[in-house]
Amino acid sequence: MEIGTVIETKELTKIYNTQVAVDHLSLNIRRGEIFGFLGPNGAGKTTTLLMLLGLTEPSSGKVRVLDVEPTRNPIKVKKIIGYLPENIGFYRDLNARQMLQFIADLNQLPMVVAGERIEYALKEVGLIEEAGKKIGAYSRGMRQRLGIAEVLIKDPQIVFLDEPTLGLDPDATNRMIELIQSVSEKKEMTVILSSHFLHQAQKICDRVGIMIKGKMVAQGSMDHLAEEALGIGTKDYALEEIYMKYFREG
Amino acid sequence: MYGVNAILKKELSDHFGSYRFIILFGLIAMVSLITVYMVGLEIKQNIEGVATPKHIFLLLFTSSGVMFSLTEFVGFFGPLIGLILGFDTINRERNDGTLSKLLSQPIYRDTVLNGKFLAGVSVITVMMCSIVLVITGLGLSMVGVIPGLEGVWRIGVYLIISIVYISFWLCLAMLFSILFPSVVTSALSAIAVWIFFSFFLPLGANAVANAVTPEVGLSNADAQLQRARIEKGISLISPKQLYEDSTITIINPMRKTNHSFVRMGVLEKISLSRFSGPLPLSQSILVVMPYIASLLAITIMCFAISYIAFMRQEIRSL
Repeated sequence: MEIGTVIETKELTKIYNTQVAVDHLSLNIRRGEIFGFLGPNGAGKTTTLLMLLGLTEPSSGKVRVLDVEPTRNPIKVKKIIGYLPENIGFYRDLNARQMLQFIADLNQLPMVVAGERIEYALKEVGLIEEAGKKIGAYSRGMRQRLGIAEVLIKDPQIVFLDEPTLGLDPDATNRMIELIQSVSEKKEMTVILSSHFLHQAQKICDRVGIMIKGKMVAQGSMDHLAEEALGIGTKDYALEEIYMKYFREG
Repeated sequence: MYGVNAILKKELSDHFGSYRFIILFGLIAMVSLITVYMVGLEIKQNIEGVATPKHIFLLLFTSSGVMFSLTEFVGFFGPLIGLILGFDTINRERNDGTLSKLLSQPIYRDTVLNGKFLAGVSVITVMMCSIVLVITGLGLSMVGVIPGLEGVWRIGVYLIISIVYISFWLCLAMLFSILFPSVVTSALSAIAVWIFFSFFLPLGANAVANAVTPEVGLSNADAQLQRARIEKGISLISPKQLYEDSTITIINPMRKTNHSFVRMGVLEKISLSRFSGPLPLSQSILVVMPYIASLLAITIMCFAISYIAFMRQEIRSL
């Protein structure tokens, strides 16, 4: 593993029955960056994240997360990674504080630390006033922010956000993106962000990877990809143009 | 174990706060109270003016007042407690999208299962203990007889067997909740299994025994014996039969064997007529040990199957 690399996969492959979900994927994520993980639905992004977390066993290939193999030592990996799943669910009868306390209990945080982190996380995502309300009464945007708070409780080094802005209104989407950016800066967290909102992704991602049909078709900084896809010297480009170019080819 | 406490705590507060639990508990408490009240009245009338017989207190559990005795009642409807507590254990989390979140926390996958099972067993224990205590209290004041030390022990053993029995059904419901993605499917299939074992198997056992043994008159003892044996063998597949046979023997010290009279050997018949005193507790346990062991074994087997099924499931389908 190179210095500064936190996640590395080599020839990572996952086959469900006969369908190839992830096809010989090689990926490098550097410490402290926001990595945009792009691709159409069903491209294998979520499966890749699950393999990085050790929740799904790869069919072949290697994964290393901070020099730990997720399949060998899932607990250690799950301690340092915060994961916000797509379509995140909540226990509707709990309020935000109870939910976060439950997460803290599962992470075996001592009472005092848990209390501090819960207050911090609630403040950070702006839910401190609604913290006593049952989650069943929350709006979609509030739930997504609570999801971020759950991730913050763990004080993780790496964060996987799977479609965190899905189904949010434009304002909530912007607030979510800002929140992700500010949290990642403050805590120097590495963020892998999977999203279909290319405009927002372009704003905050340091590097992007485009995955199509289980294969990573392009990986690198935005400028680099723009040169590759749209020709040298391209200055004003939208990530969308790059994405569509690869999408048509793939 | 890592994380089991957290899940246990949450599940317990979920169970005790749920309407499901309150309704179930209310229903069972009500039926038990009515049963014991009727039985108590009957016992009270019957023992007036008679020298108090031994182990009168235990009759509260076994004699049927109006329709059924308490042990029969638990045998029939105890499974329902287990099923209702467990039928949506895993698939509801899966449908709500909370399972993937739970599993992305630093816990092993089986911790979820263990925590939930322990919570279910705790609820069952609380329920059964409180019911038995209420009955004991009511019985004490109605019958006016204090249970002896052995009576208390017998009630304790009865409680343990009941908890294992209901836990078996909890396990079965959890297994279905792992196998079927839909909550409705798992609930219906669990109830189907319960109905099969409680109502149809006894009928089926009789029919099969009649069909495979030749039609004979009362004179052919061998054929009669064979028929009884087959019927009993088939009905023992049902956990309900195992439970009822073992608890009745535990609660009733006068019952010395699980064999029906037809199936007793000659010596057994002689000893039954010679020694009419009650059996000590250790001997009662010895008589039903195979049954208790079988109950325990099917519970553990059921848990093991759920465990394997859960561990092998792809997270993507969770």
